[in-house]
Amino acid sequence: MNDKKIIIAGLLVFIAIILFPFWYGLLKAAPAPELKLTEKAKAAKECVRPTEYMKAEHMQLLDEWRHSVVRNAKRVYVNQSGKEFNISLSNTCLDCHSNKADFCDKCHNYASVDPYCWDCHIDNPKEKK
Amino acid sequence: MKSSRRRFLQIAGISALGLGAKPVYDAFAKEEHGDKPEIQILKNDKALIAKQWAMVIDTRKLESTEALDPIINACHKIHNVPTKLEDKRHEVKWIWEEGYHHAFPGKANRFLDEKVENTPFLVLCNHCENPPCCRACPTGATFKRESDGIVLMDFHRCIGCRFCMAACPFGSRSFNFRDPRPFIEETNKEFPTRMKGVVEKCNFCAERLAIGKMPACVEASNGAIAFGDLYDPESEVRKLLKTNYTIRRKQGLGTEPSVYYIV
Ligand code: HEC
Ligand code: HEC
Ligand code: HEC
Repeated sequence: MNDKKIIIAGLLVFIAIILFPFWYGLLKAAPAPELKLTEKAKAAKECVRPTEYMKAEHMQLLDEWRHSVVRNAKRVYVNQSGKEFNISLSNTCLDCHSNKADFCDKCHNYASVDPYCWDCHIDNPKEKK
Repeated sequence: MKSSRRRFLQIAGISALGLGAKPVYDAFAKEEHGDKPEIQILKNDKALIAKQWAMVIDTRKLESTEALDPIINACHKIHNVPTKLEDKRHEVKWIWEEGYHHAFPGKANRFLDEKVENTPFLVLCNHCENPPCCRACPTGATFKRESDGIVLMDFHRCIGCRFCMAACPFGSRSFNFRDPRPFIEETNKEFPTRMKGVVEKCNFCAERLAIGKMPACVEASNGAIAFGDLYDPESEVRKLLKTNYTIRRKQGLGTEPSVYYIV
C-alpha cells in the first residue's frame, strides 16, 4: 500500500473542488447593502411596524393594505402604538422612503427581487417630472 | 399494568376535562396581552357611504360638447387616463360622449325629436346592480363591492383576458394595448397609472368617496350630475327620480344600470 499519500492528496483535492461553491461564496459574497434613511424617516424613527417585522414581512403588509383599500374601502391603518397611516404605497411608504433607489431597490437588487408594482404605482411622488 | 373498566373511565374523564379547559385557557391567555392597542384598519371618518351609489345625469343642462368636455377632462386627469393615444383602436376612456342612437339603441324612433337627436350624452360604467362583467371574470379581479355597490377593478389581479369587455353591453371597459404612461398628459402622482395588458374603467371615484369627496365628474358638472344612495329615499338621486322622467341604457338586458338620464 504505497499509494496512501497519493490517495489522500487526491481526496483532499476532490473535496476542495466539491466544496467550491461554499468557500467561493464565503470569500466573494457581496456584503448586505447598507440602507440609507431619508431625513424624514430618521425624524420619524419608527417604521409602520417594528423594523424586524418590516424587514421580513413588508410584502405581506402591502398585500393586506391593497386588499383593504380595493376590496373593503378602508384606508386608515392604525399600528401597534396607535399611530395612524394613510394606506398608500406611493404616498405613505415612499413619503418616508422617498429615496427608493437607495432603499427599496438597493435591497431588492441584492435579494434579486423585482416587484412589478412600479409599472403602475408612481415611484417618485415627490419629484417634479 | 392491568386495565380495568374503572381505570379506563377515570382516564377518559380527565382527558375530557382537559380538552374542555383549552378554550377557557385561551380566553385568559388573550386577556393578558389585551393591554397593547391592537392593529386596526379603519375607514376614514369622513368617508361617504351608501348601499348602492347611483348617478342621475340631467341632459337638459348638458346640451353641447363644450359642456361635456370639462367633465370628461376632470375625470381623465385625476385618474391618469392616457388621452394622447391617437389610434382609435387603442383608446382608453372612463367617461365619454355618445350620440342618442348609440347610447340608447332600441329607444330610438325612426323620426326623433331633433333636440334629443343632437344632444351629446355622457356615458360611463353603469355600475350595474347585476353586472355581467363580474360573472365573466375568471380571476375575481372585477367585482361588485358589497359595501357600496360599486363595480370595481382590482388591477392587481387582472390578467388581461378581456372577458369582461366582451360581457359588458355598454362598452364601458378599455384595454391597455400599450404602456399608457407616455400617453398621459399630466400625471397625477396621487393615483397609480395602469400598465400594458390590463382592462380599466370608471371606478365611481371610489378613492374620493373614501375620503369624503364627491366624484370628480359630479364636482365638475355645475349641478348637472347628481350622485347619491339609490336605497336612501331621502337622497338627492331619489328625489330627482321621483320628480323627473328618467331613462337608463339598455334596460331590457336586465343588468339594472345605476346611471339614470333625465331627457
Ligand atoms: C396594473 C396596475 C397596478 C399594479 C401593477 C399594481 N397596482 Fe397597486 N393599485 C393599483 C390601483 C389602480 C390602485 C387603486 C388606487 C386607489 O384606489 O387609490 C392600487 C392600490 C394599491 C394599494 C392601496 C392604495 C395605494 O394607493 O397604495 C396598495 C398598498 C397597492 N396597490 C400595492 C401594490 C403592490 C405592493 C404592487 C406590486 C406587487 C401593486 N400594487 C401593483 C394599480 C396597480
Ligand atoms: C413614518 C415614516 C415611515 C413610513 C411611512 C414607512 N417607513 Fe419604513 N422605515 C422607517 C424607518 C425610520 C425605518 C428604520 C427603522 C430602524 O432603523 O429601526 C424603516 C425601516 C423599513 C424597513 C427595514 C429596513 C431595514 O433596516 O432592513 C423596510 C423594509 C421598510 N421600512 C419598508 C417600508 C414600507 C414597505 C412602508 C410602507 C408600508 C414603509 N416602510 C413606511 C420609516 C417609515
Ligand atoms: C431589507 C431589505 C429590503 C428592503 C429595505 C425592502 N425590501 Fe421589499 N423585499 C425584500 C425581499 C427579500 C423580498 C422578497 C421576499 C420573498 O420573495 O419572499 C421583498 C419583496 C417585496 C415585495 C413583493 C414582491 C413580489 O414580487 O412579490 C414588495 C411589493 C416589496 N418588497 C416592496 C418594498 C418597498 C416598497 C420597499 C421600500 C419602501 C421595500 N420593499 C424595501 C427585501 C427588502
